[in-house]
Amino acid sequence: MKKKAFAVTLDPATSLSNHTGSWRTLRPVNVFKLPPCNNQCPAGENIQQWLYYAGEGDYEHAWRVLTEENPLPACMGRVCYHTCEGKCNRGFLDESVGINSVERFLGDYALEHNLGFKIPSRETGKKVLIIGSGPAGLSAAYQLRRFGHKVHIVEMGQEPGGMMRYGIPVYRLPRNILDAEIKRITDMGVEIECGRKVENIEAEKRSGNYDAVILCLGASISTNVDIPQGDTTSILNALNVLGEIETKGDIQIARRVAVYGGGNTAVDVARSLRRIGAEPIIVYRRNRDKMPANEEEMDAAIEEGIQVKWLSTIAEARKDSLKIEKMVLDENGKPKPTGEYEELPADAVVLAIGQNVDTSVISKISGLNMEKDSVVIDNETMMTSVDGIFAAGDCASTDRTVTRAIGMGKHAARSVNAYLNGRAYKKAEKHEIAKFEDMHPWYYTDAPKQIREELEAARRCGTFDEVQKGLTEENAVFEARRCLSCGNCMECDNCYGVCPDSAIIKLGAGKGYEFNYDYCKGCGVCAQECPCGHIKMVPEQI
Amino acid sequence: MLEKIKFYQTGSNTVGNRMLNPAMRTIQASEDRPNSLISGHRACQGCGEALGARYAIDAAMKATNGQIMLVNATGCLEVFSTPYPESAWQIPWIHSLFGNAASVGSGLAAAARILAKKHGQENAPRIIAQGGDGGTTDIGFGPLSGMFERNDDVLYICYDNEAYMNTGVQRSSATPPAARTATTQLVGDAPGADWGKGKDVPLIAMAHGIPYVATATVADLRDLENKVTKAMSFHGARYIQILVPCPLGWGLNSSSTVTAARLAMETGFFPVYEAEYGKVTSVRKIRQKQPVLNYLKLQRRYAHLTGKKADPNVVARLQAMCDQNIKNFGLLDDDNTEAAPVAIQAFERNQSV
Repeated sequence: MKKKAFAVTLDPATSLSNHTGSWRTLRPVNVFKLPPCNNQCPAGENIQQWLYYAGEGDYEHAWRVLTEENPLPACMGRVCYHTCEGKCNRGFLDESVGINSVERFLGDYALEHNLGFKIPSRETGKKVLIIGSGPAGLSAAYQLRRFGHKVHIVEMGQEPGGMMRYGIPVYRLPRNILDAEIKRITDMGVEIECGRKVENIEAEKRSGNYDAVILCLGASISTNVDIPQGDTTSILNALNVLGEIETKGDIQIARRVAVYGGGNTAVDVARSLRRIGAEPIIVYRRNRDKMPANEEEMDAAIEEGIQVKWLSTIAEARKDSLKIEKMVLDENGKPKPTGEYEELPADAVVLAIGQNVDTSVISKISGLNMEKDSVVIDNETMMTSVDGIFAAGDCASTDRTVTRAIGMGKHAARSVNAYLNGRAYKKAEKHEIAKFEDMHPWYYTDAPKQIREELEAARRCGTFDEVQKGLTEENAVFEARRCLSCGNCMECDNCYGVCPDSAIIKLGAGKGYEFNYDYCKGCGVCAQECPCGHIKMVPEQI
Repeated sequence: MLEKIKFYQTGSNTVGNRMLNPAMRTIQASEDRPNSLISGHRACQGCGEALGARYAIDAAMKATNGQIMLVNATGCLEVFSTPYPESAWQIPWIHSLFGNAASVGSGLAAAARILAKKHGQENAPRIIAQGGDGGTTDIGFGPLSGMFERNDDVLYICYDNEAYMNTGVQRSSATPPAARTATTQLVGDAPGADWGKGKDVPLIAMAHGIPYVATATVADLRDLENKVTKAMSFHGARYIQILVPCPLGWGLNSSSTVTAARLAMETGFFPVYEAEYGKVTSVRKIRQKQPVLNYLKLQRRYAHLTGKKADPNVVARLQAMCDQNIKNFGLLDDDNTEAAPVAIQAFERNQSV
C-alpha cells in the first residue's frame, strides 16, 4: 500500500477483491448444439467442423476431419445429393452454404497433394470379410482398417466401386477420381479381390477363418415389369445399359429410346444415351412434382434436350412405337389410368423402375431374415439375424444413395469392432439441434453463394466429360466462410468483448474462452449477443 | 490470398474474427487489452456504461500508448468504479465534483503541458474528462461549454443513459420525450417526459466549432473504437457522446443492453455520426431499418406506449422523430448528408408536427 491520506487515494484495480460473482442467479454455460447439416448428413459427417478449418485455409486438417466419417470426399463432392444443404440455416438468411462444392474442393485438394490415410499403428489380428466393394463396403473396410483389423473385400465385378462404377455415369464421376480414392483405401492395407462371386458365404467365412462378415452386396438387379411386346422392339434394363456404357464406352441401341421410370437411374440412363447420340425420352407415370429424381439432375437433363412424357405408362411395345396410356393423379397423388391411349414412336425401351437385391446367394445363409428383398438388420448394431454377419448399404436399406451406404458402412464397421472386442455397439446419441432461432443473424453479412461452373449444355451431348467443374480455391474459402457455425463456437470474440464485467477470459487462438465465475454477474449479454447460439443461461444452483 | 477474402461468416460486425490479421482486429478482441476498467466494479448486471467506458478508455489507451489521465464527474460511473477502499481503474483517475469535470480537465491539461515542458518531455500525457448525461448536459454544462470555447486539449466523453440513474432515475435534459422516469411519471394527458424539452449536446458542441465531435453506441464497437482513436489524433477540445443503455433505468432485460443500443441506431432514434470543425464528415448508415416500436417494446419506461391502452399518436410522433433524424443526417443509403443537421428538439418544438 502506498502512503496516502485516508479515503482520498485508492490503489489501482483493488476492485478485484470484490467477487461480484456472488450476485449471480443465472450462469452462462457453453452448449454445443448439433448443426442441422451434420444432423442431416446420411454419412454422419462433421460438416460444420471441417468447414471451420477450410475457412481458415487449413485444407489438410479439414480433409482429415471430413475423412474421419467418409473416406471418399472427392467422389461424394460430385455424386452426393447434398440433402445437408436443404437443412442449412443460412438458407433462412440468403442461400444455403455450398457444402457439397467445398467437400469436392477438399477431396480434389487431397488427391492433388497426395494426402494419404494413416496406416494403423497396431494390428489386432482379427479378420473381416466384406462382400462387395461399393460405397458401403469401401467405407466399412476403411473404418475397420483404422481399428487395425485385417480386411478382405470380395467383389464380383471386374473392378471395385460397385454402383459408383457401374451405375453412376462418367460425366458425373470421372473414373480416375474413383480409382484414386479407392487406391488410398487399398494403400492402408485393405485387400480387394475382384472378379469373383462368393457362392457360399458361410463356407467362405469358415474356410478363411474370418471373425466377422459384412454384406455389402448392393441392389444389383434391375426391376422388371411385364410389358406386352411385339417381336422386334428391344427392351433392356437400366443397369445393363449403364454397365455396358461403362465397360465398352458405347452401346448398340436404337436411335429413339424410351426410358421408363422417374428415379435418378432413369435420368442417368437418359443423359448417358444422349451422349452416345441417341434421342432418349423419359416416360414417367406421375408429374414433375412427384418425381423422385434429384431436381438438379433433372434440370440438367432438360437443359441437355431430353424430353419427358409425364403422366404416362407404357401399355404395349410395338415394332417402332409404344402404346402409351395417359394417367391422372387422384387426390392422394396416386396415378390412375384413364383409358386414353396414344402412340409414341420409339425403337427401344430401357426399364429404370427400380433395383433389387440379388438374393440368390444370401438366401442360402441359414437363419438370415429377409423382408421383401432387403436383409433385416438391427438398426443399432447393423447385425443381421445371424451372429457375426452384418449388413450395410443398398442390400439392407430402402434409402439407396451412395451417402447413405457410406454412413451404414461406417456404423457396421464400428459395430463389428465392438463385436470383436466383446462389446455391444451403440450409435452416439444426437444432441440438441441448432435451430435458426438460436442464432443471432444480425452479425452475419449477406454473401452470395458461389456457383460451380458447368459445361455448356450444347457441348455436353457428344461427350462424357464431367459436367460440373470444381470451385477455385478463392471461391471454396469464400463458401466455407459463409458457414454460420450453428451451435458451435467460431471464435468471434463477441462474448469476450461485450461482457461489461470483463468476466470472460480469452484463452488464445484455437482454445476458446472461459467464464470467470468469480466476477460474472450473470447479466446474459454474452448469451444474447453470441452469433452461433453457443451460450446458454442456466439457473444457478443454490 | 486468404487475406483478400471477405469475412462473410460474421462480416466485421462481431468483436473479433479469428481469420483476421491481428492488426485489423478490434482492441477489445485482443487478449492483452488494457482493461482500464477491470472486474469487481459494482455496476448493475448488464451495465451499458461500464461496457462503454471500457471500450472507450481502452481505445484511448491504445491510441496514446497508455499516456492518459482521467477526470470523472459524479455519477454512476464514479460511484460504481470507486467505492472506498476499492478502485476498478487501472490508470490515473481523479474525481472532484459533479459539475466541474470539464474544468478539472482543462486544469490538468494545462498542468501536464507545463510539467512536460519543465522535464523536457516532448509529449504531455493526454486528458480525458468523462461523465454521465446529467453531469454533462445539465450540471456540468457551463464548464463544458467553457472548455470548448477555450479549445482546451481535453477529450470529453459523455456516457449517455438518458437520465440520472445513480440517484434513482430522474429526468435529465437528455431524457427523450414520453419516457417514464421518477420525475416524469405517467400522469396527465401526456404521460412521461415532456415533449419540446431537452437539448442536443453533440450539435451544441459542433456549434462551438471544436475540432472533433462524434456520437457512438455500445452496439457498434468498431465505430466507437475508430472514433476514440480519431479523437486522440486531434489536439484541442473534443466531444464524444456514447449511448449506453441502462437496464435498471430503462426497464430492460439485463441481457438486452447491446440489443437496445443497436435498435436505437437501426431505428434512427439515436443518430450516429462524426463532425470535424462544426461540419458532419461521416454518418453511420442504418443497416437494417426497424420501426421505432421494436425499440420501445424492449423497455418498460415506454410500456405505456406498447400496451393495450397505448396512445398510437405518441408512437407515431416518436416514429416521425426517428424519420426526421434519418432525413436530417442521411442515415439511409439513398439520402445525402448535405443539409445542415438540426437539433431534434427543434423538431419537437415545431407545432406543425
